[in-house]
Amino acid sequence: MGRKTDGAESAKQRGQLATLKKVFHYIGKYWFFLIFSIVCAAVTVTLTLYIPILTGDAIDCIIAPGKVDFTIIFRILKKMGIVIGCTALSQWVMSVCNNKIAYHVVRDIRRDAFERIQILPLKYLDAHPYGEIVSRVIADVDQFSDGLIMGFTQLFTGVITILGTLFFMFRENVGITLVVVCITPVSLFVAAFIARRTYKMFKLQSETRGEQTALIDEMIGNQKVVQAFSYEDKALSRFDEINERLAKYSLNATFFSSLTNPSTRFVNSLVYTGVCVTGALSAIRGGISVGTLTCFLSYANQYTKPFNEISGVFTEFQNALACAARIFALIEEAPQPAEPEHARVLKDASGRVALSHVAFSYVPERKLIEDLNLRVESGKRVAIVGPTGCGKTTIINLLMRFYDVDAGSISVDGTDIREITRKSLRENYGMVLQETWLKAGTVRENIIMGKPDATDEEVIAAAKAAHSHSFIKRLPEGYDTVLSEDGGELSQGQKQLLCITRVMLCLPPMLILDEATSSIDTRTEIRIQKAFAKMMEGRTSFVIAHRLSTIVDADTILVMKDGHIIEQGNHKELLSQNGFYAELYNSQFVMSE
Amino acid sequence: MKKLLVYLKDYKKETVLAPLFKMLEASFELLIPIVVKLIVDVGIANEAPRYVGRMCVVMILLGVIGLVCSITAQYFSAKAAVGFATKLRHTLFAHMQKLSFSQMDKMGTASMITRMTSDVNQVQNGVNMVLRLFLRSPFIVFGAMAMAFTIDVGAALVFVIVIPLLSVVVFGIMLITIPLYKRVQAGLDKILGITRGNLTGVRVLRAFHKEEEEKKEFAGGNDKLTAMQMFVGRISAVMNPVTYVIVNGATIALLWIGAVKVDGGILTQGAVMALVNYMSQILVELVKLANLIITVNKAIACGNRIGNVLEIEAGLTEGTVESGEAADGKAQSDRAEEPAAIGGQIPVVEFAHVSLTYPGAGAESLTDIHFKAMKGETIGIIGGTGSGKTSLVNLIPRFYEATAGCVKVDGVPVAEYSLRALREKIGVVPQKAVLFKGTIRENLLMGREFAGRPADTAEGNTSAGKEAEDEILREALEISQSAEFVDDKPDGLETQISQGGKNLSGGQKQRLTIARALVKQPEILILDDSASALDYATDLKLRRAIHGMKKAPVVFIVSQRASSILSADTIIVLDDGEVAGMGTHEELLQNCEVYQEIYYSQYPDKRGEVTA
Repeated sequence: MGRKTDGAESAKQRGQLATLKKVFHYIGKYWFFLIFSIVCAAVTVTLTLYIPILTGDAIDCIIAPGKVDFTIIFRILKKMGIVIGCTALSQWVMSVCNNKIAYHVVRDIRRDAFERIQILPLKYLDAHPYGEIVSRVIADVDQFSDGLIMGFTQLFTGVITILGTLFFMFRENVGITLVVVCITPVSLFVAAFIARRTYKMFKLQSETRGEQTALIDEMIGNQKVVQAFSYEDKALSRFDEINERLAKYSLNATFFSSLTNPSTRFVNSLVYTGVCVTGALSAIRGGISVGTLTCFLSYANQYTKPFNEISGVFTEFQNALACAARIFALIEEAPQPAEPEHARVLKDASGRVALSHVAFSYVPERKLIEDLNLRVESGKRVAIVGPTGCGKTTIINLLMRFYDVDAGSISVDGTDIREITRKSLRENYGMVLQETWLKAGTVRENIIMGKPDATDEEVIAAAKAAHSHSFIKRLPEGYDTVLSEDGGELSQGQKQLLCITRVMLCLPPMLILDEATSSIDTRTEIRIQKAFAKMMEGRTSFVIAHRLSTIVDADTILVMKDGHIIEQGNHKELLSQNGFYAELYNSQFVMSE
Repeated sequence: MKKLLVYLKDYKKETVLAPLFKMLEASFELLIPIVVKLIVDVGIANEAPRYVGRMCVVMILLGVIGLVCSITAQYFSAKAAVGFATKLRHTLFAHMQKLSFSQMDKMGTASMITRMTSDVNQVQNGVNMVLRLFLRSPFIVFGAMAMAFTIDVGAALVFVIVIPLLSVVVFGIMLITIPLYKRVQAGLDKILGITRGNLTGVRVLRAFHKEEEEKKEFAGGNDKLTAMQMFVGRISAVMNPVTYVIVNGATIALLWIGAVKVDGGILTQGAVMALVNYMSQILVELVKLANLIITVNKAIACGNRIGNVLEIEAGLTEGTVESGEAADGKAQSDRAEEPAAIGGQIPVVEFAHVSLTYPGAGAESLTDIHFKAMKGETIGIIGGTGSGKTSLVNLIPRFYEATAGCVKVDGVPVAEYSLRALREKIGVVPQKAVLFKGTIRENLLMGREFAGRPADTAEGNTSAGKEAEDEILREALEISQSAEFVDDKPDGLETQISQGGKNLSGGQKQRLTIARALVKQPEILILDDSASALDYATDLKLRRAIHGMKKAPVVFIVSQRASSILSADTIIVLDDGEVAGMGTHEELLQNCEVYQEIYYSQYPDKRGEVTA
């Protein structure tokens, strides 16, 4: 078993190493700044460490009345001035270099991540909640830059400081140095001890916090129900029970973890005292000068600091690497299949669409569409009906090539759509989805999405045709009204009309319409229906049908159930079959008595 | 933020003692350089190892006392901060329970949850840090200066110059960068927005092959953000070098002044060392103080947000009428002169010229609604989205307050009831089927407590109470058509419902919410589009079962489906907040255009039948 965990451990380490390599690949672009930063760090640390020596030397020249060597002191102080100036300068340059590396690496990674999202298959994007991807691009990248890049500099300067201090100390006096080296680890040990003991308390605290957040989420999130059932008092008493527990755990966690600082400070003061005793005794014996003692005392003060910092850096490192790994996983996700070199550019398609032996499923274990065959002549109207989850939307996904078929083929005008460029294929489709999506921007920008060079006259003509002109006119800035993300200010119906206008403007030869009914009032519904009807004239159209009128008038009705087309034909034919369609259709009238 | 400090009231002792002990610790820390000075001036100069030994014991003692003081302070500050946060959370939660629906709408659920969780945590952290450090750091800074004065006035003047200089640099840079960091945050929000928009609109964007433009837009925002970060970074990068120069420059000055004074016999070598030591202590503390201020700033911002929530006054003033039956009698006698009663009967629900304007909305959402619902009647409400259906029924339990006119229940204006009494009469089944984590039984009992069996102490019930309870629950399940699937569950009523009711289907959830409302045995039952997830057959069975109840309540059915309301005693047709028609199905089909429009869009085949 031990071996097994070892194996897992080493696999994890290998993974981290691989991530680190990729990080370096990004940093590599800024190698010049990196080298500069490292040099500056070395210079800064060395010079910083040199100051106490100079101070000590100066103090050695200030012994007693009459025993002060002003010429040497002056020389030393001048030297100090120069050293201080250089330190400050190199410190500043180092920070600027580090910023340059950190912010630009972050920028590059974000850009790559975003560009990758543009070519990722929808299969991936649909399977991952938007929030998760967004948090990778934004939060994870931030954490990564904070933890990893800042961590690097801290680690680097910390290590140099420790080594430099050791070097200087050993050079000055071995005995005192040994005192420092021996006592310092106690501070680390104490910190680690406290961290270990408080880990459980923190875990309890965060678990209880989670429990409380869940309750808050439930009660505040559904406050209206809570009030409707006069559940307020009970909710509060449930809340208080958790709150009391949280208070207890929180006090433990906060108090015991806050012992770290005083404890390490105490250990440091022991180090300080140790240096003081051994130094003073050695000075009495004439081993070192008072100046050297001063120098040692200030070293003793700063020697322990990087240790504490470094131990913090390591936990951050782990965290940052985990973030980096998540981002790289996104960036390296396989993109949608590339287009063949001589992919056909579909121009003004006539609208003949054929699906032959199409099979598709989102997850291999759950078959969805199997052996689907369909021929649609140009200009025909196809209605797709069926219960929720039967695969209606999937057909749209396949036609638009948001997803590729697992087997069989789909062709437009006789060409397999995988042999057509995605751009031109999609240009030939006009799509209106049930979930209306508008971009943050002006109304006009949203309308001309498919035809950026459209004139104002064209835009208004399209809007009139789609029955959206009248409400757009009444918006505060008309066509230049700025919509917030997802068109917040507009009603669902208005958004739908804008989406229709968008398609109306370019009017491609084939249409895909997902009729939305549930959230639109009857008046708007009638308008939308009219707009749809106008668009469909003479165009091959696929309509996910909710309205009887669409179904009744369609040239072909596909009745889908569990991913299969179980019935196919026009309204009359299907009714006479007296099958699932007839049942579905009639169910709407059963209760009217 | 200031108003929040009252929650520290119970921790007066802790809030005073914590900083006090911190100051004690700091005082002992300030003594160390003096001890070192003595070691150098007395111990080393006189070559007295014993003296050095004694001084070392003193140093360790100082350390131990410092440790004890500091631990005490940490304990008090942790206790005060945690206690403060606990109290604050309790108050906040209790306060949010009292907010009216329109106040909740305004604030938004997400932000209320943030206030309760991360904001309170930030404030807790802030209080903790302030108690620990806010006095300590300035104390050390000025203490070091004071100590310098005890050593030598001339040298201490260096401190007098350095401290303001350092303060100006540290706080000046902070003052400049804090607003800049806010702009960086805004830049980050911008690219976050682009990313999210890109993902939510991925189908549309790809359908219109906008990938390249999206890339450009993102790159633009991204570059701007980077430039902003570099700019701020460059400014804050100045802080460390400049403070370094100031402090070490001061050290040079101290050494020079020291040299002159030692030469003149005014100071000793040890005194110079002590001065240098004090100087380095100052820098460390100033940096700590600067970090502290950032934390405090954040905490204050969070505290203000919480304060704003607490300042919202509970939106509804409750009336005093407590019980329905009492109201019945009293109302009748008190209001005998009112012509509310028809044929000696008081309408259960009455709307008298009611209008509703949501706060901040430009137009009325309901205009002049006027109707009466008598005992046992069913009222159907139909109309398009945004026509005001839900607004209308929300006025009955006083979720919102009518802005004109009067809503009466059992002849008493709803504003005169206590909220609890009013809402006990009413069973609401909201549009969104919400169930809570817990057993099905617990969920059903939400709105009702049985005698001898408060829902949260399950043990203390009499078997008779339990039987009565089970009977009522069973009946509610039967009527709501949920008995079947509940019985199918191995644990029956004790089945655990997961958070948000994820382990139930939409239809099952909806039926349980109906059962929950029925368990209250309400006088008024409001079904707000509650059958939308049910198939037509179940919908019908449900309506029939409700109609057949022993104590049939007044039922309000809000629906988009004409089929659900066809058989109602009165159908109210709403159009844009106004009553477009009122009457039975047949009447409306004759004289209400809006109703015809809705009906025929759902039953196109019937058009011919009626007109023919």
